[in-house]
Amino acid sequence: MSLESILSILQDNWPSYLRGAYITLLIAIFSTIIGALIGLFIGVMHTIPLRKKSFKSVVLKIINIILSVYVEVFRGTPMIVQAMVVFYGIAAYGYVMDTFIAGVLVVSLNTGAYMAEYVRGGIVSIEKGQYEAAEAIGMNHFQTMIHVILPQVIRNILPATGNQLIMNIKDSAVLSVISVTELYFSASSVAGATFKFAEPYLIACIMYLIMTFAASQLLRFLEKKLDGPSDYNFQTGKEVA
Amino acid sequence: MEKVIDIKHLNKSFGNHEVLRDVNFSVAKGEVVSLIGSSGSGKSTLLRCINLLETPSGGEIIYKGENILDRNHDVRQYRTHLGMVFQNFNLFNNHNVLKNCVVGQQKVLKRSKAEAEENALKYLEIVGMDKYINAKPSQLSGGQKQRVAIARALSMSPDVMLFDEPTSALDPEMVGEVLKVMRMLADEGNTMLIVTHEMEFAKEVSDRIVFMDKGVIVEEGPPSQVLVNPQHDRTKEFLKRTLKQ
Repeated sequence: MSLESILSILQDNWPSYLRGAYITLLIAIFSTIIGALIGLFIGVMHTIPLRKKSFKSVVLKIINIILSVYVEVFRGTPMIVQAMVVFYGIAAYGYVMDTFIAGVLVVSLNTGAYMAEYVRGGIVSIEKGQYEAAEAIGMNHFQTMIHVILPQVIRNILPATGNQLIMNIKDSAVLSVISVTELYFSASSVAGATFKFAEPYLIACIMYLIMTFAASQLLRFLEKKLDGPSDYNFQTGKEVA
Repeated sequence: MEKVIDIKHLNKSFGNHEVLRDVNFSVAKGEVVSLIGSSGSGKSTLLRCINLLETPSGGEIIYKGENILDRNHDVRQYRTHLGMVFQNFNLFNNHNVLKNCVVGQQKVLKRSKAEAEENALKYLEIVGMDKYINAKPSQLSGGQKQRVAIARALSMSPDVMLFDEPTSALDPEMVGEVLKVMRMLADEGNTMLIVTHEMEFAKEVSDRIVFMDKGVIVEEGPPSQVLVNPQHDRTKEFLKRTLKQ
């Protein structure tokens, strides 16, 4: 393995690598966003306060049991197996999914299962006083969630979401088993065509590292942005009104 | 005098523990009432029952001729008429000072943004926090937070202001700035119900003092009576203990 052979492989195959990296990024970003939304939804469903013995509370309980089963199943099985089961399971019913969409689906469901727990923890950790203040002002549960609780939860789970994004960039490699043409798939295609193995995968390795590093820096930046400036300006009312 | 809130035979228990027993009590329009008593006497619980942060176990709370404990009564609508100030401020951590005073007006009272901001600024100026509208709660001192919390409650144009030990979580040198604001509000004729340990302050601003012990109202009357010339042994004992400190 020499620098020259790496460069020559790169020269011949860079469009394929770039396409792979592009698909990997798309899957990771979409899945993290969709997964985070799934997680938020489940976290909120799990924390809705209800009067005992009303019809609504029975329905909610059933929904929550189903959601808990989903979380346990997707946290408790390897993603590579989930990919096979989802893709070939649906194919068995005569519908062959687009592999990209199947990939996003599997990674999203996987992310959602993890995020649900982060969100639930985030909601529970918000001090009781925040709820009481919102309640005392006359907000209903939905308004309290939207305007007071969730903005704080989202800020608190941002680091966990960043972790999830980085994991999704890497772990989407397993989607090559259902022929999603992401970065690992590109690398193995190149390896198959050139009969060289170290170089094509080393290139992929470096590209994964660049993507994950960029993602972690981006999230750090986003966190700072969300926190706002650490100092504030004196301002008189007239300037605002 | 017109009663804003009238409480009849109110009970509250946590499990087997009775915190309030047959409390009868009312607040008239423009009246400043202080609830005093030792910790665990039920005064905070009474205040929290009034805006239903705790659900009473029995009794009636009459507001504008209606019992708000009736099952089908609109609790949220009722709560907007009460301004609550907490011991631990409970400002919304995700909003700056101005937004803290605006969000409830906009989302609950459906006021326009301009109207809500104008209103919020009016009260922030009254409490002396109008220069800090951009600051986040985490950037303020305890006294500043509590003054913003007071402005937030006032912005909702409540009929009654409820204060739950508003100075208990403050450093001694910050107590003064909050009491000053409260004194001003009392002088302006606001209806106020205050749970407090500040005896001097209660004596100065209150029209009426209510002394509670072990979940019941032991004695009530003007400060000159309850604080200076108490009739009950339990009141005397409590005052002796607190004044000694």
